[in-house]
Amino acid sequence: MATVTTDASQQEPELKIVEDATCTFCGCVCDDIELTVKGHEITQAKRACVLGKAWFLNHSVDDRPSCLIKGQPASVEEGIERAAQILTQSRYPLMYGLSDTTTESQRVAVSIADWVGANVDTTTSVCHGPSGMAFQGVGEVTCSLGEVRNRGDLIIFWGANPAESHPRHFTRYSLMPKGMFVPNGRKDRTCVVIDVRKTKSANTADIFIQLKPRSDFEALWTLRALCAGVELEAEQVLADTGVELAVWQDLMDRMKGSRFGVFFFGMGLTMTRGKHTNTEALLALTRDMNQHTRFVCKPNRGHGNVTGADNVVAWRTGYPFGVNLTRGYPRFNPGEYTASDVLARGEADAAIIIASDPMANFSERAREHLKSIPYIAFDPKETPTTRNAEVAFTVATYGINVPGTVYRMDDIPIPLRPAFDCHHPSDLEILQAIEARVQEIRVQGFQSTEENTSLRPARELPDGSIAE
Amino acid sequence: MSKTYILIPGRTSQQGVGINEGKFEATYQSEISVLQVALDDMEDLGLEADDFVRVTSEHGEIEIKVKSAKKGELPAGLLFIAYGDYSSRLMGADTHGSGMPTSKGIDVTMEKIAALSE
Repeated sequence: MATVTTDASQQEPELKIVEDATCTFCGCVCDDIELTVKGHEITQAKRACVLGKAWFLNHSVDDRPSCLIKGQPASVEEGIERAAQILTQSRYPLMYGLSDTTTESQRVAVSIADWVGANVDTTTSVCHGPSGMAFQGVGEVTCSLGEVRNRGDLIIFWGANPAESHPRHFTRYSLMPKGMFVPNGRKDRTCVVIDVRKTKSANTADIFIQLKPRSDFEALWTLRALCAGVELEAEQVLADTGVELAVWQDLMDRMKGSRFGVFFFGMGLTMTRGKHTNTEALLALTRDMNQHTRFVCKPNRGHGNVTGADNVVAWRTGYPFGVNLTRGYPRFNPGEYTASDVLARGEADAAIIIASDPMANFSERAREHLKSIPYIAFDPKETPTTRNAEVAFTVATYGINVPGTVYRMDDIPIPLRPAFDCHHPSDLEILQAIEARVQEIRVQGFQSTEENTSLRPARELPDGSIAE
Repeated sequence: MSKTYILIPGRTSQQGVGINEGKFEATYQSEISVLQVALDDMEDLGLEADDFVRVTSEHGEIEIKVKSAKKGELPAGLLFIAYGDYSSRLMGADTHGSGMPTSKGIDVTMEKIAALSE
């Protein structure tokens, strides 16, 4: 943990510089930020973008209580006990969120879900969940952002607007850097933006292609056909995509002529009608292109450690999101075990929401159900979700107060270098305590039941005995 | 009969800044509470900046302030709003077996109203 810089003696707080701090606001996870820290406040964040500056400069220590139960201040210990009771008494608990915390916390969270037989889902399901389904169906021709930086000479953004969502994407990874095989940086790269809206990112592009809304799938199959040399009817292509066939042919010629082409795609594909089939089409096109040149495809991931959430849930359960553990073994089925569906169908009878805000982002039906059940929420700041929680923990902020590991959008793990201590506990500390208490309650339950009729398999308990 | 538009909720940098300042603070609340409308559609409905409209989808209805999109940013018939409570109220719960509600490309109708309902 970083050095505490208190001013208990009424002196000026100590000034310190944290070099190579990691910004965890978005999936770029920039780890070259220089922070100027005065006591419990970051006063400057050199090299950070507009979002990174807002992240670092607005996370001073929150003066709310560390724990609220039904809106009333309570001790953290009371909150842990109430949380454990809610989870163990529930018949169908939902665990959701996880993308704005460390991999260490994610790991413990999945353990809790396993102990209580929960349904685990992350914000991936309402972000790039459909991409995850497409990866399973088609496969992923991929690379690290370092390879894009050093090799990419044709960069295509499809349904993505990094100028607003990932402001340093262009300068740090994809367009501006001078790389090993693109020594002149931006001059050696061609940038194409494909979107239904002329976004700020479109202003950066050499070529902007404005699609007819909800025609991504048709446009991608047009390109697949052109890649395979299939002749197409110009009128039909224009009617289907809103773009002239000649424009698509020109793009395909550039794609085949590139040495290292890269697709970055956003939620313009995954949130629009078609969803995973849109992404499948893009991944299949990328695969097709490798018969002609080197081409890769990367999702622009949003939250700071949403990629870590996919990784951790996958190594704990075998699946990246939407995992049901109620039978004691993992089952994966997007649409059935994803949080938005579980809530909208009114199935979950309790929930634990970690570092996310479904009360702001989910459909009205899902929000209404979440509001009607007891749930536990973790967040450094007050949100619509923490306001409605039965137990709300105010936690230290990852990367600013708490060390740990996060995964960049290209699955590269990056360490955090916190700036100052915080009197609020980390979510890791609380989750570990909840896990210990849940285990105790479960063990007591096993011991008091003469005949265990549970379908869940026998488990090894902390003392080495087998619970049956 | 009201004309049909396609609504695209999305990210903005101001919305991201607002999340960091706090979701109940002015930056976030003002960013998610305004609908961007194409210039042609503003003229078509006789709208000026800060006028109010009622937007209705199959799943919900909101009353919201409008502003004109930058020239060329939106084609006629397309509306934009930053993600938040208002956009969520227009979104359906069905994920079509994907886990993801259709959060972009939502069919809506829009009509001008004199003021917000009580």
